Amino acid sequence: MEESVQVIRIEPSKGWVALQLKELWAYRELLYFLIWRDVKVRYKQTALGAAWAIIQPVFTMIVFSLFFGRLAKIPSDGIPYPIFAYAALVPWTFFSQGLGQAANSLVGSSNLLKKVYFPRLSVPIASVLSGLIDFLIAFIVLLGMMLYYGIHPTLNVIWLPFLLLLTVITSLGVSLWLSALNVHFRDVRHVLPFLTQFWLFATPIAYPSSLLSESWRTLYSINPMVGVVEGFRWALLGVETAPGPMLIVSSLVALALLVGGVFYFRRLEKTFADVL
Amino acid sequence: MGDIAIRVEEIGKLYRIGKREKYKTLRDTLASAFTAPFRNAGKLLRGEWADPGESDPTIWALKDISFEVQRGEVIGVIGGNGAGKSTLLKILSRITEPTTGFAEIHGQVASLLEVGTGFHPELTGRENIFLNGAILGMKRAEIERKFDEIVAFSEVERFIDTTVKHYSSGMYLRLAFAVAAHLEPEILIVDEVLAVGDAAFQRKCLGKMGDVAKEGRTVFFVSHNMAAISSLCTRALLLDSGRLKVSDTPQSVIEEYLSKTRKDAGVPLSERKDRKGGGKVRFTNASVLNNRGEVVESVVSGQDISISLAYEIPSSEKIDNAIVQIKFAGGLGQQLFACLSRTSSRESIELVPGARLYCNIPRLPLAPGLYTYSIWCKVAGRLEDLVSEAGMLSVSEGDYFGTGIFPARTVGDFLVAHTWSTR
Ligand SMILES: Nc1ncnc2c1ncn2[C@@H]1O[C@H](COP(=O)(O)OP(=O)(O)O)[C@@H](O)[C@H]1O
Repeated sequence: MEESVQVIRIEPSKGWVALQLKELWAYRELLYFLIWRDVKVRYKQTALGAAWAIIQPVFTMIVFSLFFGRLAKIPSDGIPYPIFAYAALVPWTFFSQGLGQAANSLVGSSNLLKKVYFPRLSVPIASVLSGLIDFLIAFIVLLGMMLYYGIHPTLNVIWLPFLLLLTVITSLGVSLWLSALNVHFRDVRHVLPFLTQFWLFATPIAYPSSLLSESWRTLYSINPMVGVVEGFRWALLGVETAPGPMLIVSSLVALALLVGGVFYFRRLEKTFADVL
Repeated sequence: MGDIAIRVEEIGKLYRIGKREKYKTLRDTLASAFTAPFRNAGKLLRGEWADPGESDPTIWALKDISFEVQRGEVIGVIGGNGAGKSTLLKILSRITEPTTGFAEIHGQVASLLEVGTGFHPELTGRENIFLNGAILGMKRAEIERKFDEIVAFSEVERFIDTTVKHYSSGMYLRLAFAVAAHLEPEILIVDEVLAVGDAAFQRKCLGKMGDVAKEGRTVFFVSHNMAAISSLCTRALLLDSGRLKVSDTPQSVIEEYLSKTRKDAGVPLSERKDRKGGGKVRFTNASVLNNRGEVVESVVSGQDISISLAYEIPSSEKIDNAIVQIKFAGGLGQQLFACLSRTSSRESIELVPGARLYCNIPRLPLAPGLYTYSIWCKVAGRLEDLVSEAGMLSVSEGDYFGTGIFPARTVGDFLVAHTWSTR
């Protein structure tokens, strides 16, 4: 006889809705195709293609090295300033690009959202994850710079996957909030550059967090990008600043942002198709 | 068999409407958060501003809709503009949530509210097949398996590795439809996808829908194409202003719909409030006359017909420099043609209190179907009256070419006189 048929129940959702992560998983191929599309289109459209992934962090590094390193003589934990800044700019660029792409992702896919059902979470997730290719390219440049400066990574480099995961979680967490809000408040897009700018300077990219005392540092890492950035420097460049407590605080905040973001997104999700 | 495929219980959908922007600015919301900080910040966090509040004007796009669909049935949904058809499909496709009630879908479902959703102009045909297939819910392995078939069906083999922005609209549609046509769900939900493309394309779509129906799948579709409804469906539903009016055989539902629209069109023009213009002239009645000058509900392709307009002139003075236009649109609202007095006659139109104005159309070149017309009148260049969808023109099959052969129903909106010759 027939296998039991799947039954889909469609009804108004009340309050905080279930996350349906299982369904997200069931749609993982779509997620893959959305990422693939984003990457493909981005590299097809911009004349500079892959170079674009490097230009942004490298130029920022140059500017920072000139102004903060040379002129302002900001300390850099005993490491050449350019690589000190660049090691932070690599995860930072992934983070800020992710926000930029994801915040507008739902509005940009409005046609899709109005015509097809699929887990809406896939849209901002795909936007954030598609930045991983750019990250990889920028990261290879970082490896090149390490060779040039003769910096050998410490054993701590095994933490790198975890640090990358933390970056993704942070970026995704913030992106979910922003993308959902942007559906209802179209000026989120205008707030975003300001937010990223502010966040950039609230993160120890141009300067080391060792300017602060240990306990202040821990408080400081409520900004999860602090843990990410210092973690990267610690794992790759062997910076002394022990990131232990910072990483714990940052990870907790990042997780909270993500979990909160997913719930918030799911809560607003039902209104997307009506408002877009 | 006899199993249930779709069950809908008292579904209702409330939309927020009104002049208010659909989306607000964060700035304003934050500003108001300062005036009533706790309540508003809480609202922002709980996402409540997004729910229709009491202060907003709302509309029930659907109200108390209940019905069941058995497995293997082919259901057509009919209704005028704004009846709630799309909303119903969107709810059944899980794109939007109902406000009240619930629905159950038993079995694997695919919905097709548009062909080519998610197609990206910068990607090639091949890439779009995979992307679109995934968006419609196909597994990658399934797309790979069907890939050759899809390409063959789309007839764009030669351009499969060209980016689709270089495709003609016909190629684009064929490719998009080819992907959709290879979905194999147990239940298929389809919106008016047949409304796009040329006649050949539409025939292909209809043919495919017919095949799907014959395979014993459940199909639920919206169409303005009465011929398609009556030939494909086992049952039809009529929606009107968000309510389910009738659920019966396609034939009787179509008749009900047509008679209702005729009645609507018969709402005295004089009582229509949704008009524009200065009001020196007001149309009070519009009716369709056949070739014998009788007021009729339906005319025949190829017949000489007239539209008869009654009007009032509040000032009771003769107007001798009027321009009048009657503009015809198809059942889907597509503009067809206009009869504009300024171009068809060198003289201005003279409007005399108490008289009627006739627009005579010899040998009506419209294919069978349902059409609407809008009228306006300008006096000395100023718009005095405009009524959209002032009336309805129902055209049935007729011997347009004088050959005794009635033109088929699915070849577009117009019939054009022509001859053939060989040299
Ligand atoms: N997103 C929306 N926001 C507000 N009102 C809507 C929205 N979508 C549809 N409506 C309203 O709901 C009613 C039904 O619309 P719809 O389902 O599109 O009708 P149909 O498809 O039969 O033409 C209409 O009055 C329309 O204005």
